[in-house]
Amino acid sequence: MVTRLKEVDAVIIGVGWVGTVLARELTRAGLHVVGLERGPRRSPSEDFTLPGIRDELKYAVRGELFQDPQMETLTLRHASSETALPMRRFGAFLPGDGLGGAGSHWNGMHWRYTPFDLAARSHLTARYGAKAIPDHMPIQDFGVSYAELEPYYDRFEKLCGVSGKAGNLRGHKIAGGNIFEGSRSHEYPNPPLQRSLAGDLFATASAGLGYHPFTAPASNASQAYVNPEGVSLGACAYCGHCERFGCEVNAKASPNSTLLPVLFQESRFDLRACAYVRDLAYDRQARRVTAVRYLDTRSGEEFEQPAGLVILGAYVFSNTLLLRMSGIGEPYDPATGQGVVGRNYCYQSGGGVQVFMEDREFNPFMGAGALSVAIDDFNGDNFDHGGLGFFGGALVSAATTGGRPIQTRSLPPGAPRWGREWKAATAKWYNRSFSIGGSGASYPHKDNYLDLDPTYRDALGRPLVRMTYNYRDNDRRLSAYVTDVAAKIAKTLNPTHVVGAGARRGDFSVIPYQTTHNTGGAVMGTNPKESVVNRYLQSWDAHNLFVIGASAFPQNASYNPTGTVGALSYWAAEAITKTYLKQPQALVDA
Amino acid sequence: MSKTQIDRRRLLTGAGLAGLATAAVTSGEAAAQTAGPEAPSSVPAPEPFLALNATEAAFVVAAVNTLVPPDDLSPSGADCGLAIYIDRQLAGAYGAGARLYRDGPFLKGKPEHGYQLSLTPKAFFTAGIAAANDWTHKTHGAAFDALAEADQIATLKAFETGAAAFDGLSSADFFAFLLGLTYEGFFADPLYGGNRDKAGWKMVGYPGLPAVYRDAIAKFKDRKYPNPPQSIADFS
Repeated sequence: MVTRLKEVDAVIIGVGWVGTVLARELTRAGLHVVGLERGPRRSPSEDFTLPGIRDELKYAVRGELFQDPQMETLTLRHASSETALPMRRFGAFLPGDGLGGAGSHWNGMHWRYTPFDLAARSHLTARYGAKAIPDHMPIQDFGVSYAELEPYYDRFEKLCGVSGKAGNLRGHKIAGGNIFEGSRSHEYPNPPLQRSLAGDLFATASAGLGYHPFTAPASNASQAYVNPEGVSLGACAYCGHCERFGCEVNAKASPNSTLLPVLFQESRFDLRACAYVRDLAYDRQARRVTAVRYLDTRSGEEFEQPAGLVILGAYVFSNTLLLRMSGIGEPYDPATGQGVVGRNYCYQSGGGVQVFMEDREFNPFMGAGALSVAIDDFNGDNFDHGGLGFFGGALVSAATTGGRPIQTRSLPPGAPRWGREWKAATAKWYNRSFSIGGSGASYPHKDNYLDLDPTYRDALGRPLVRMTYNYRDNDRRLSAYVTDVAAKIAKTLNPTHVVGAGARRGDFSVIPYQTTHNTGGAVMGTNPKESVVNRYLQSWDAHNLFVIGASAFPQNASYNPTGTVGALSYWAAEAITKTYLKQPQALVDA
Repeated sequence: MSKTQIDRRRLLTGAGLAGLATAAVTSGEAAAQTAGPEAPSSVPAPEPFLALNATEAAFVVAAVNTLVPPDDLSPSGADCGLAIYIDRQLAGAYGAGARLYRDGPFLKGKPEHGYQLSLTPKAFFTAGIAAANDWTHKTHGAAFDALAEADQIATLKAFETGAAAFDGLSSADFFAFLLGLTYEGFFADPLYGGNRDKAGWKMVGYPGLPAVYRDAIAKFKDRKYPNPPQSIADFS
């Protein structure tokens, strides 16, 4: 039996970055908002505390803060001709669960997409010719330009207290910052983090080759900071426990540390944790969503929550699943190229090297999630792709995120994995190695997509999302190219050993961690034939539904996605509060 | 009672051989004669296994001692608590299949699909031990824990590469599981029973907690950080 609740102004599905930004903006505009979070309530002061939060086994290995595959997972196949099998454990990527979502256990690598990234198809065809992009690669423009999005990037950076140094301030290029970034209206809210030895060496080596190193922007506050919401962030302790952990000093920006303290004081915000959304009630005739149905996992009771406005702000896979379960939007069919839901699923390419230097002491345990020195000389279209056989690039960097020893023990090639020689090699190299990594773009391919699995089900009895995905030629070529770049930089340091690491060869595997930068499935765009939502993240099929998150990215532009997710959240929130609420209808004509 | 059985019985704790002889003497008759509360002993009490039976425990003790042999970098795997760590993990939520999707059908996948069996980690691991001992009985005429050190090393190499043909499961998959748990036990916080006396952390120079390096990151740049490791218990 389903209990029908009293209608509210707005329901938000998923209380992570998207959900908290939208909840704040909608309640500020006077709406009564219900936030539905499938996982538990979590608060930094109760749950992210010393000494227990430094437990590598519990958080990093067993995955305390991640989505539980027993409740919901995905299936994978490499091609439509194969049978997909379930990801029985998460490995390659680690979706979040609980209040704050993946935003509570990210590293804090806080980037903007460039003007190129947001208009990739227009730019590539202008530079390389109308036929340069192969037909099987539906690279698209986002439909919103960098100039339009800039104020929202700025706002999200101020919310998070991002530490960094501008390289392009109102069109003026500044040495030491990232000269390839889009023009910024303001400097970063906090100065850059200190550098590690790995960062110093990478900066020297890459500058020596004529590249342009800079300290990467970090949502790890370099000093104590009060954000525009009046919430205090602490100064980063360089503890090396960001990704997979919560932050005990609130130096890492998260929904929990930046916005939830304000929302907990907001009488118009009703947070319901353990509220697992099953589907949305969709009135196809009226082209609107009428209610959200969810299971209270504490009691087993089902509820239907009617709402005037629905924000679907869960993770990429849940956004796609809920659209499919609710019959909203035409499912993508790779055979015909028709349909949109599940289309343009992208992930991450990349490569890099592990560098061993026997006369150095890197102290990898002194780190921060986004403590990194980077170059953008090989990112986006900052270099000529003529004759390379691929598009897109990689952010190349030396990051010192932590030296937690269960998971961080690189050994040179040929070292055994156990026994006396393993012990000797591990003792020798643990502190004498660092990596140069390339976080690479992942561009869409017509055969990479999400749909529903015909066999496997989740704990609510729904089909699992089926991922049909593999690395494609574009990914493998990009990966080989960026691995060569990393090796070239490393070799100028005269290291003891350099070994390739993380190159995308062979087939995609669910086992080794790569990134949790899954994108697409409900992409934004300029027309409903190639997108699920319009440039304001509004569903083409239901005007009171906004689907917000990295699910809206037509392609993954190499940079970590959270900065763009936050900017798009503010951008959509403003379209809702300033325009949509005054006249609830489609904001863009189909 | 054969020598093998005696050795196995002795190995039925994770405390290592040094403490065991004493523990065996003080149990039974000697202990029964003691009146009043027992005086605290400098020898740690033997820790019984929760998940593993005697044969399985003997295998695990011998295996972690082969994977992490004693030398000047650390005590033996069992003396570092690795057998107890593995036992406790298998006895708890992880061993029972927490965070493991276990709906069927169970089909053989590609390697890239990862684990696709219906077994819980505990069930897979104990099936692996049985298969491993069957294999050494066939090839060497004895259980793994009764083999000479050189044979134990050669045996684990045959498992590692998958060269050992187990009946019904992959020796390489079993070995990877064993090695993964061994790494965890050696480097996880000691509160889980392994990394005893922070032996794994000391070996690599990982300082553990509290991990507040705001000043240290510049001060110790390219210099060895001298502080000895501290664990969660040290701050609790």
